[in-house]
Amino acid sequence: MTSLPETTQRKLGLVIDLDTCVGCHACVIACKGWNDAQYGAPLSDQEPYGANPTGTFLNRVHSYEITPPHGQAQLVHFPKSCLHCEDAPCVTVCPTGASYKRVEDGIVLVNEADCIGCGLCAWACPYGAREMDKAAGVMKKCTLCVDRIYNENLPPEDREPACVRTCPAGARHFGDLGDPDSDVSQLVAARGGFDLMPDLGTKPVNKYLPPRPKDQWQETDILAPFLDPIADTPQGFLGWLDRALERL
Amino acid sequence: MHPAPSVIIFTTFSGLGFGLLVFLGLGLPPVTGWVAFVFFVIAFALAVGGLLASTFHLGHPERALKAFRQWRSSWLSREGIAAVAALIVMGIVALLAVFFDSRIAALGWIGAALSLATVVTTAMIYTQLKSVPRWHQALTPLHLVSASLAGGALLAGQITSAQILLALAGLIQIAHWARGDRRFAEAGQSIASATGLSEAGRIRAFAPPHTGTNYLLREMVHVVGRKHAQRLRIIALGLGYALPLGLILVPGASHGLGGLAVLSHLLGMLASRWLFFAQAEHVVGLYYGARGERIGAC
Ligand code: SF4
Ligand code: SF4
Ligand code: SF4
Repeated sequence: MTSLPETTQRKLGLVIDLDTCVGCHACVIACKGWNDAQYGAPLSDQEPYGANPTGTFLNRVHSYEITPPHGQAQLVHFPKSCLHCEDAPCVTVCPTGASYKRVEDGIVLVNEADCIGCGLCAWACPYGAREMDKAAGVMKKCTLCVDRIYNENLPPEDREPACVRTCPAGARHFGDLGDPDSDVSQLVAARGGFDLMPDLGTKPVNKYLPPRPKDQWQETDILAPFLDPIADTPQGFLGWLDRALERL
Repeated sequence: MHPAPSVIIFTTFSGLGFGLLVFLGLGLPPVTGWVAFVFFVIAFALAVGGLLASTFHLGHPERALKAFRQWRSSWLSREGIAAVAALIVMGIVALLAVFFDSRIAALGWIGAALSLATVVTTAMIYTQLKSVPRWHQALTPLHLVSASLAGGALLAGQITSAQILLALAGLIQIAHWARGDRRFAEAGQSIASATGLSEAGRIRAFAPPHTGTNYLLREMVHVVGRKHAQRLRIIALGLGYALPLGLILVPGASHGLGGLAVLSHLLGMLASRWLFFAQAEHVVGLYYGARGERIGAC
């Protein structure tokens, strides 16, 4: 099971738009909320209200400062979850077969009943997409919300990953990246979507859309003259008050 | 990578134990009876003790048997199988030698080969990881295997082999460090390739995703001071290779000196193994601003 399938029928994954992500972490919370109560062991926290809070998350948002050669520095928020790699190194290292990639849709999952918690898959993943749950002693990772996307008990509009459903900026898109005509594939083509660390040969399914170039600040001085400071020292009544108070 | 005591003890002790089993399997020395008993007890204690220590870092040690299933793809699984096979075959060799004063040469060779295979598979677990460039190099298996054989020869009292192997292993150790220091740069990964934002401008990690720490940072992002590391390298080289070599070069070396050489080698190897983990940088650190400019406390 731990050998990777040659091909998968579909390549379900996420497209993350670094241009529109506002860094609100709503996807982090939605992900934790959904996955805390569904697939497998809950995502535990240690000392959540203590001095050193830590816990298991399947999706995390980094923030980077980009300083272009000309112009203002820009903050880019960078959500990161499992990229459901086609050549997933995390799967092949697993000694038990707990980690596997599904043939039908390419989702990379952990069968927690078989996981011995050796942590080797987390070492093998270059992206830091796997976290061992401290309480359960098993490996946790993004399931692509496999228990939502096919779930007929949910209304149709909810049959997408929790993080995608919740994102207020529309920065996360879900679909079949193996189908060139799908919305997500079109979006990737139109916006120049890219892979993370492509040289490592993991062939991530998830794609990232680059931030669009920002427009430049134009120097205009129509209003500038009116904004000049009027007087350094107050005149008239205010000047008298100032001087009077000074003397007190 | 986090230098977890369980993993350091496992790789050091079982490396040494399987190294000794290689020599015992080859019949070097061709011991039987009580002497064989002592040799095999030491070898098995080291090898099995190391393996047991390695189960301490498992989240579910009770499921360890499941780890034998995926030998087709997983080096960790192959290691488990090789280790058990080596211990079984060498167990039979030991029984024959201790209680029946006899040796079946072919069986010994098979046991030696399996013991060697165990060390190779252990080494491959680390070597295969592209995400840890320092380990992902041809010298990693050479380093771990040569160190294991040198220790094995030392324990087996094979003075000539030990002299050659210690010198060789010491040189490979130095080469592994030197090459390892360049590996991250050679792997070509940076915050730019990790985020794909290279075209936009200069990138700095501005804020980590969490205010506290997490599994990734605890397990894979470990920073050692350069000075500290240099000092430990000298200790590892001195105690692990140079001093034992010097001790066994003393003409007519006694058992006492031999014991000292083994102890020194063991301490040196523990230092070497600590560095093996602590100095190995995982590319995930790039997302947290490792190897780049940083702002704030992250
Ligand atoms: S992102 Fe990491 S955990 Fe996910 S499939 Fe790729 S290598 Fe595996
Ligand atoms: S932690 Fe679990 S899923 Fe990961 S490699 Fe080990 S057994 Fe497989
Ligand atoms: S797809 Fe589901 S499990 Fe994966 S990051 Fe989004 S919410 Fe979390």
